[in-house]
Amino acid sequence: MDWQALVLSLELAAVTLLVLLPPGLLLARWLAVTRFKGKAWVEALVVLPLVLPPTVLGYYLLVSLGGASPVGRWLSDTLGVGLTFNFLGLVVASVIFNIPFMVQPVQRAFEAIPRDLGEAAAVSGLSAWQTFWRVELPLAWPGIVSAMVLTFVHTLGEFGVVLMVGGSIPGETKTIAISIYDRVQSFDLAGANQMALLLVVFSLVAVGASFFASARLAVRR
Amino acid sequence: MRPHLSRLRLWCASAVLLWATLPPPLHAQTAPPPTVAAASDLKFAIEEVAARFEKQTGHRLRLVFGSSGNFKTQILQGAPFHLFMSADEGFVYELADAGKTLDRGRAYAVGRIGIIVPAGSPLRADGEFKDLAAALKDGRLQKFAIANPDHAPYGARAKEALQHAGLWSKLQGKLVLGENISQAAQFATSGSTQGGIIAQSLALAPSVAKLGTFQLIPESWHQPLKQRMVLMRDAPPGARAFYDYLGTPAAQEVMVRYGFAVPNN
Repeated sequence: MDWQALVLSLELAAVTLLVLLPPGLLLARWLAVTRFKGKAWVEALVVLPLVLPPTVLGYYLLVSLGGASPVGRWLSDTLGVGLTFNFLGLVVASVIFNIPFMVQPVQRAFEAIPRDLGEAAAVSGLSAWQTFWRVELPLAWPGIVSAMVLTFVHTLGEFGVVLMVGGSIPGETKTIAISIYDRVQSFDLAGANQMALLLVVFSLVAVGASFFASARLAVRR
Repeated sequence: MRPHLSRLRLWCASAVLLWATLPPPLHAQTAPPPTVAAASDLKFAIEEVAARFEKQTGHRLRLVFGSSGNFKTQILQGAPFHLFMSADEGFVYELADAGKTLDRGRAYAVGRIGIIVPAGSPLRADGEFKDLAAALKDGRLQKFAIANPDHAPYGARAKEALQHAGLWSKLQGKLVLGENISQAAQFATSGSTQGGIIAQSLALAPSVAKLGTFQLIPESWHQPLKQRMVLMRDAPPGARAFYDYLGTPAAQEVMVRYGFAVPNN
């Protein structure tokens, strides 16, 4: 068992979730309640990471943020940080890769809230912010929980993008999925087996628990 | 609804708070040990050499294995490797010409390739490919594994040897390409192929040796696998010490045990 890789993956998943949650919520709410010309294209852009091969995303990140690119050079000259082959780079890649997993369930949850509820809240003297905070957010909560769990578990299982921009450095970019791949290549099938099983069980429990929880929340309402 | 709501608020508030004051990742606080990017054929040999080195000197190393061509690309794009142990010399010279390295490096080993046939395969391990040619004719051969010749030196040498034997074009459609020589070895011994061409240094490792039979391919059938290593400009003392250690008899004894010839520079 590669504990270092497991801890790294959990850290990556937690940081990705924290970074993505606030903007993800706002984007999802905005997409759920507004109508404008070209909205379909914005929604398509949000879903794009879901349908593109991870190698495409990884490749673009590598050439656009890597040390040889203008952005990469600017970052390293002014801030002294690079975005490829380190943990920060994985976070950037992971946040982008998880946008659909965060936004889609939350958007559906906000869309399911009846319009007249907002009007009733406004008539009752609640401000737009209060309506969001006290009415919409609690109603959308099951969708938000699923989105958070999906994002977290999906980050643990991410492979292609990490392989492209990570470089498999132990303790820095060698996540559990990469570690499993490495174990198979070094003929340590027992080690690969253990970690693969752990991922299967953990993902099943996490996703199952979130479905159970959102079903219960929905009933309680 | 009330208690549920307040818990929800607490969650959101703490998420926003954490987001605003995002700390640097916990593990990034101590300076990491120097990173060695090593060609996959070195997997078992260098792990042993590095373990001896760490025990003897107290330095720590991070080892990363992969195909030499990929490492070259990654280093050009800014990968933070400090010592690059390539499976050939061309990639090292390319990096040197690009100004990424300290100097033009040093040859540290000459590798060999051979054919490996997993237990239970209808193919016989024959270094001069006589049985491989026969198996191609009579249909015993379905799949044959080599490393990707485009970016893995051991794959490129395997291609040359097959071309020398006149089998390269006949094998099209039956070749399985590993991303690096370790993966090719994994494919060759998994039982899903009838065999493959791998590095002798992998075939001699106990965990691989028990999976099949191996025979060397004549050295004159392909370009020599002159393996060269080079330090990057920003290599810390630990990486430089390991570079020097690789030239000592203690390190070379391990390399020879894994089937490498040691060059006299």
